[in-house]
Amino acid sequence: MKLLSDYKKCSGCGVCKLACSIENFKQVTSAKALLRIQGLFPAPGHYQIHFCDQCGICAETCPVDAIELEEGVYRINEEDCIACHECVDACPHSVMVIKKEDDIPAKCILCGECARVCPREAIILSEEEIAGEVK
Amino acid sequence: MDGYAGKILRIDLSTEEISTPPLLEKMCDEFIGGRGFVAKTLYEELLPDTKPFDENNLFIIATGPLSGHFLPASGKTHFGSKSPATGGYADSNMGGHFGPALKYAGFDMAVITGKAKAPSYLFIEDDKIEIRSAKAYWGKGSLLCEEMMKKDLGEDFQILTIGPAGEKLVKFACISHDFGRQAGRTGIGAVLGSKNIKAIAVKGTGSIPVNDIEKAFAMGKDAFKKVSQKPGFKGWTPEGTAGITDWVNEVGSFPAKNFQTSHIDHSHMINGKKVLERLKITDKGCYCCPTPCGKYGHTKTALGSAYMEGPEFETISLFGGSCMLKSIEEVAYANYLCDELGIDTISGASVAAFAIECFEKGLITEDEIGKKIQFGDLESIVYLLNLMSLKQNSLGNLLAQGVKTASETIKQGSEKFAIHVKGLEWTGYECRNAPSMMLAYMTADVGAHHNRAWVLGHDVVGAATNVHDLISAGADGDKRAKAIVSGKDSAKFVIDSQHTRPAFDLLGCCRLQMMELGFEVENYTDLYSTITGKKLTWDGLLKISEKVWTLTRMISVREIKNFGRNSDYPPPRFYEEPTPTGPNKGHCISLEDLNALLDAYYEARGWDKNGFPTNETIERVGLTDLI
Repeated sequence: MKLLSDYKKCSGCGVCKLACSIENFKQVTSAKALLRIQGLFPAPGHYQIHFCDQCGICAETCPVDAIELEEGVYRINEEDCIACHECVDACPHSVMVIKKEDDIPAKCILCGECARVCPREAIILSEEEIAGEVK
Repeated sequence: MDGYAGKILRIDLSTEEISTPPLLEKMCDEFIGGRGFVAKTLYEELLPDTKPFDENNLFIIATGPLSGHFLPASGKTHFGSKSPATGGYADSNMGGHFGPALKYAGFDMAVITGKAKAPSYLFIEDDKIEIRSAKAYWGKGSLLCEEMMKKDLGEDFQILTIGPAGEKLVKFACISHDFGRQAGRTGIGAVLGSKNIKAIAVKGTGSIPVNDIEKAFAMGKDAFKKVSQKPGFKGWTPEGTAGITDWVNEVGSFPAKNFQTSHIDHSHMINGKKVLERLKITDKGCYCCPTPCGKYGHTKTALGSAYMEGPEFETISLFGGSCMLKSIEEVAYANYLCDELGIDTISGASVAAFAIECFEKGLITEDEIGKKIQFGDLESIVYLLNLMSLKQNSLGNLLAQGVKTASETIKQGSEKFAIHVKGLEWTGYECRNAPSMMLAYMTADVGAHHNRAWVLGHDVVGAATNVHDLISAGADGDKRAKAIVSGKDSAKFVIDSQHTRPAFDLLGCCRLQMMELGFEVENYTDLYSTITGKKLTWDGLLKISEKVWTLTRMISVREIKNFGRNSDYPPPRFYEEPTPTGPNKGHCISLEDLNALLDAYYEARGWDKNGFPTNETIERVGLTDLI
């Protein structure tokens, strides 16, 4: 299971971000979202969807091996994490956040809520093995 | 307090004092939010004899209890002040993402007073509040300023800006946000300019408390699903408000040549289909909106090309009809120019059309203007928009005051075709065949604005229905009953609409899912109850909406000299000049009929013959303690 996106369908409404935050942190805010919607304005005049494609760079970067691959999803072992935030800095999509309450990073665990709430199918959950932009 | 962020941000720019008092539960219960907060605060805090550009004037930003929550289109933000356009009550709302960000930063509302010593912008990042120098941004266009600030501060800041027109105190200057969203009406941008504030940037990382978050999340998902199942979801969304262009023209309500007539021959060149074919790059949605009416695109004309959002219906009708621009590309270019200069497209186009008619009638000269101007000529329109927005000569300075003041100076009968009510220019519906809609414009609390009561459908098809169904019915056939509406019926329809539509402005979410698609109103009060933990029925919300409507009237009664019945009339063109061409040729509403409409309206509202709420009405709606 992977996330796919189609930027041409995205209207930048950000409902995906709010759903992500509520689902994962029970917080009504966009700031905790584990994906980003970037508005490319005024030119070229469209949105870009940035999300975790489970590339594993966070895991490779982690100095204490606190991020492990489980059934296609990289998960942070919070007990092992030393809150150095190197994974956050290394994330090529800048879609990891640091939780204020414990200083521990969080990342997408492929819950799929962003795709389920998108009213325009700009983000979809797919059985495809490779995440990315819809061709 | 569940549903709300919990604090008010108060900034005195003169003393640079910043405080963050708690939002009081009593105010939330009695006025809900948004427009309710604006009206209550203006009534209580506006000092006597304050003029719109005085330091003492208030600039208020207010969200609602549903702003920023997981439900369809929860991104509305309200701005309020004493109006530069009318001298009375002003509010103007804006979509986009600013309001939710303000709530996530911890503030339901901001009240800004005083005047900054030098051009400044407000920086808000959670509880870090600063008045910063705007030296680098002053003088820049609204869109350019936002682009520069996004680069300087980061893409995750939500930014609102004013353009050069706001800096120069043009009385119809607007606030811009998100490269194409505006709080366009009432000259609210000029109030910010008078306070030396070029922009406000906000980033919030906090959360809004919810009474039952699991249930609210589930209900929100259900609401999105229900909206997506409405017939208009796929029918209305693609073209947005521009989709109504042909229909308004076919029923003879399209403003043409400064409202000289009500029908044009080229609506097919400037309609929603043309927006999609010739301009659109992407749909552009406000916060959590499943039906994005914003169309972002690119236009190319003989005078230049530009990226811009829009045009939506009002801009199409005023530039394409009242100014008679012949192509969607030209309308879009005028739209872009207004956005960058920082003026309301509705008033900007109306002022341009008024100036052209004055020139054609010989009331202003080529020397005064600086060039010959004519309807349908983009070069003339671009020239006039720059002239009025930048106050480039004495005529530009006059036009920057709006059509009411301009006509009072030009005189020579120009008052008859200065198309406004209370000093605010008329929006995109010609009403000589639409008594209910005419009454709606006459009595709208901010001046001639359509969004308080859109009852055109009642006039031309004899039924209250949603816009999607109206368009589907078309202009002909049995459904177009051309109902002869009695004053009493018109008054009832207008009042119902004046309570229903602004109710969304209390809640802090968009009304279009209800108005355009027929999404049921009870969904909103159910969501309110789950989010706040407080019971509220739709009827209960309408009662608060009526209270706020009464209060906004009382603000204008207090603030506008000689305010009263005389303030509620349309321009003489609409009752003295029968429509010369088109489907409604020969039709106009007599002054006698207008008086009957006003009498019926005042009586139904419990106002006296001069349009003042009676003591009994003030008591009935629950304003005795305040007034």
